[in-house]
Formats: sequence, C-alpha cells, structure tokens
Amino acid sequence: MRLYSLVVYVFLYAPIAIIALFSFNAGRHASDFQGFSIQWYGRALNNPFVMDALETSLIVAFITATLASILGTLAAVGLQGLRGPARAIFDALIYIAVMIPGIVIGIATLIALVTVFDVMNPWIENLWGDADNAPTLSMGRGSLIAAHTMFTMALVIIIVRARLGTLEQSLGEASADLYATPLGTFRQVTLPLIAPAVLAGFLLSFTFSFDDFIIAFFVAGSETTLPIYIFSSIRRGVTPEINAIGTMVMLASLVLLIVAQLILRRGDRT
Amino acid sequence: MKYDRGVLNDASTAVAELRHVSKRFGDVDAARDLNLSVASGEFLSFLGPSGCGKTTALRMLAGFETPSDGEVLIDGAVVNTLEPFRRPVNMVFQSYALFPHLSVFDNVAYGLRQRRPRLSRAEIAEKVSRTLDVVRLGDFGARRIWEMSGGQQQRVALARAIVNEPKLLLLDEPLAALDRKLRKAMQIELQDLQRQLGITFILVTHDQEEALSLSDRICVMRDGRIVQIGTPRELYDAPASRYVADFVGSSNFLEGRIGRITSGHADFTGVSGHSFSGQAGPGIEEGASGTLSLRPEQINISRRQLEGGHAVTVQNRIFLGEHTEYVVRHDEIGTFIVLASRRAEDREPPLDAGTQAYIAWNPDAALILRAD
Repeated sequence: MRLYSLVVYVFLYAPIAIIALFSFNAGRHASDFQGFSIQWYGRALNNPFVMDALETSLIVAFITATLASILGTLAAVGLQGLRGPARAIFDALIYIAVMIPGIVIGIATLIALVTVFDVMNPWIENLWGDADNAPTLSMGRGSLIAAHTMFTMALVIIIVRARLGTLEQSLGEASADLYATPLGTFRQVTLPLIAPAVLAGFLLSFTFSFDDFIIAFFVAGSETTLPIYIFSSIRRGVTPEINAIGTMVMLASLVLLIVAQLILRRGDRT
Repeated sequence: MKYDRGVLNDASTAVAELRHVSKRFGDVDAARDLNLSVASGEFLSFLGPSGCGKTTALRMLAGFETPSDGEVLIDGAVVNTLEPFRRPVNMVFQSYALFPHLSVFDNVAYGLRQRRPRLSRAEIAEKVSRTLDVVRLGDFGARRIWEMSGGQQQRVALARAIVNEPKLLLLDEPLAALDRKLRKAMQIELQDLQRQLGITFILVTHDQEEALSLSDRICVMRDGRIVQIGTPRELYDAPASRYVADFVGSSNFLEGRIGRITSGHADFTGVSGHSFSGQAGPGIEEGASGTLSLRPEQINISRRQLEGGHAVTVQNRIFLGEHTEYVVRHDEIGTFIVLASRRAEDREPPLDAGTQAYIAWNPDAALILRAD
C-alpha cells in the first residue's frame, strides 16, 4: 500500500518537477538538460506577448474575483434564511456548478452568449441610429469575466456558507435586540465574522480564473490570456521559456491557495 | 423603588402585558392563552421545565417570535409585529451571544452606537465605563471576549443590555451555564442590580430555587399554559395544584379521594384507607380524586408517641447542616420525607436508621389539591 501511494505521488508530481527543472535548462531544448541557467525566466519576462497575456489574465482574474466574492457572499447570506426543499435544490445547483466539467461550461456559455449577441446586436444598431458606428456585443474580456464569475461564484458561496454555518444564530438576534437594523447587523456583525471566508473565496476565485484554460478558450474571443498563450506556443514546440512561465504560474497559484487556506484556518479560531 | 408585593390593579403601571397570547409552531402549541401583566420595576420569573413555553413567551416579548393569537403590549402599545430592533427591550441570551470580533467595551457600546441621533463619543464612553463599573468589570474594557471567564462573560452580557436602560430586561436562563457557586454569587448580583437600577426584569428559568430567591412574582408554566402566578410565598404555601407543589419546593404527596369540604377545609381518604383533613386547595370537588401535599418541614418527628401521630420506621438519615433529612416509612401509608431543624434536635438526639418513631403534623399544614 505504501509503495502504491508512492507510485501515485510520483505520477502526480514528477511531470511538474520536470517542468520546473527544465525551466533552468541552459540549452534551448526541453528534453536535453545542458546546465543550469535562469536565462529563460528573463526571456519570458521580456517577451511582450507573454506580458500582454499576463496583463489580460490578471485583469480578468481580479475583476472576476471581486464580482464573485461580492455576488457569492450576498447569495450565501441570502440563502441562510432558506429552509426545506427550496434550500436543498439551491444547494444541489451550487455543488453541480462546481462539478460540471469546464468544457461543458465553456461550450454552453459560448452558445448562450452568441445567441444573445445575435439577438441584441441588431436592436442596438436600431437604437443607435447610426449603424456603422453602433457598438456591437462580441466575445472578449466581458464574456470571459462573465463566464468566470458565474463559475467561481459557486465556490465563494460554498466557502462563505460553511463559515456562516459556524456562527451562532443568536448573534444576529442579539444585534437586532440591541437596535441594529438588518443592514446594520450585516455590516457590523455578519460581515466582520465572515470576512476571512470572503477573502479566501476571493483568492480562490482569482486562482481559478487565472489558471483556467478551457472556459477561456471558448469565450475569450480575440483576447489572449496566459494559459491560452501557453497553449498556442506549445504547438510550436515546448521550449524552456514555456517551462519557466509554467513554473511561475504554478508558484503564484500555490502561494495564493496556501494563503487562502491559512486565512480560513485563522478565521475558524476566532 | 421596589415593587410592592401586593395586587397589580393599576393598568397604567404595566410595562408589559400578554393578552390571550398563543403561539403555534406547526402542530405544536408552544404557548396557549397566556395572560399576564408585568408591573414597572418588578422582578418576574417564568418557571417551568424545558418545553413548557417559557422561552417562547420571552421571545414574543423580545420580538423574535410573532404571536399566532392575542396581543403583546409594551408600555401600553400593541407590539405584535414590531421588529426587535424597534422595541425598548433588551435581552440577555442563554449563550450570552457576545460578539467575538469586538472588545468588551465595543460589545457594551454596541446598542448605544445604533441610536439615532448619534450619541457623542464621550457620552458613549462615559455610559459604557459607568456600566462596566456597575458589573465590576471596570478594568476589562479592552479585553477580548475569549479572554474572559464564563462569569465575566455573563457580566459583559448583562452590561451590554442594561447600558441601554431598557424598559424591560429579558433574561433567558442567564445563569444556566455557570457552576453552582458562581451561580449563587451571580443571583445576588442580579438582585442587587435590579434594585439599584429599578429596571423591570423578566427571567426565564427551570431552577425553582433561583426563581424563589430572586423574584417578586413567579409565573409557573406547563405545556404552554400558565398554571399559577403568585409571589414565591404564595406559590410555596398555597400551590394551586400538585404540579406547582411539586415544582416549587419539595413535598410529600398522598393520593386518594376528597371527602367533605367545609369552609376552607376538606376531608381526605388516602388509598391506604387512612383519613386525613387539611386545607382545601382551589377548585377541588367532593368525591373527586385528589392529592394531599405535605411539606417535609411541616412534619414533626419524635421517638415518643405524638398526638395523632403515625408509627414509622426510620429508613435513612441525611445530615444537611442546618437540617436533617429523614426518610421514614409507614407500613400502610408509604414513605415520607421529613426535614427536622437543628433546634428540634437539641431537644432530642438524632434518630438512627431502623429506629421506631412517630410523625405528626398540624392538619392546617396539609393541603388537599385536585389531581392534575
């Protein structure tokens, strides 16, 4: 059994270790280690295409995480008051949203948005009057953010709900008893107490959005996020530069995930 | 100013009132036709076992539950659907419900900070520190909640409520989580506080000793109904039913049939066939089955034959300091618990288990109650 788990771990982590190792390769081939160097990191960071893609990814991830934490928190708080079958249905829908494969979300969002855009664009043209200069809805940053927010919001709801579940119900009653309006109670009692969960949800959403390739591939339109850039450059052959980018992305994601975990744990202690 | 233990007829002094109040949760009747008027400055307790509706009654006064029927009045106004945050009422929760993310000072200041128009910072600080002094936590303002012991948290919860000078302070089993010794100390503090502040207190408890020692009036509840309201002394000396006699203090009960009733007295025949007489309780009927209730301290016990005494065997003796409790057995009537005071023992040395003895009581001390 011990040997078996060892083999599993090797299978899981060896490819990642090799990517990290070869990112320090002095040679220009991914399969042939020719000595230690960090030149590929410099190359990657000086590549304007990489930096553009990184910027897009960061902006999309930040807006996604912000929207998802706000909407997800409000949804979680709203769902608190719900009991019975309605609650079970909402719970199931939220978990399903997390479990649905990215490719399904990607295709579904693409089809839905294209359909909506096809209906909306002629309308907007008519309303605008000047058909040539009328704004048109199309795939791009907006659709990418929308798709990511929908998906990561479910994560935030799950995390915040778990935290809300640990709070004593009488805290809300005590606040109301001390003359606080429902909004005042939310602002002064609920929000400070669930803040760690909201922050952890933000970081997780950021990471998920930043790392996502499948959904972005379908709905990003002409935008290039970092994962999309990596995918398209791999088609031209794996270079140590890609390894360096991959290693950096992995490290950043790992740090964010660990920070999110730490925040959640600290939150539980109070 | 202390509430006079007499009758409450003046409606204008009622701080809170329940009029035919009922509350149903689905199929469960948590409260049924509650009628009660609470006078200003009074210390009233709801006493009963868990599930008797006492907490529901309190929560309807606080505004956390809306009555299914009837009217809840505070200060003469019907408040049935008034939200909790609009009521001039504060509550001390059983779990304390202190805000874990706020300091002791901020917890106590919470209610004051919700006031509109706003109170000045200095005013809030002054009120909070004065209240913390009242509950003897003057130096603890900067502490976090989790740094406080159970008794201290209890006092923070009290301070957080009384700092608002409510019309009505509701206490939901506030001492249940404390150990026995601390509970005693807090009971005294509560009573002092109530006298000092003159705020009307409504306490929910299942602890009869707590209710007896603290309250001006006790409202005994059972299955969602009020079974008797009275001063502690009235409930102890003149319980209206076996349930109250059993719940308030302890008592010996003999089952039997009620005989002739004449001017406040009644004859009673126990299941053993022995005849007794005693004071007639309310609502008893001739020929109906009933209960004879006899407080343990009302029974005299002696080695010598007592007038009208019953021969018994001492089964057990428990030394309680000020009193000695005997468990004695009469071959036909059954077992009695007898509480002998220290002074009685000065006259006669204590009885050992197995000793033959006689017990007797003044017929007026026995109470004939309807079976319930």
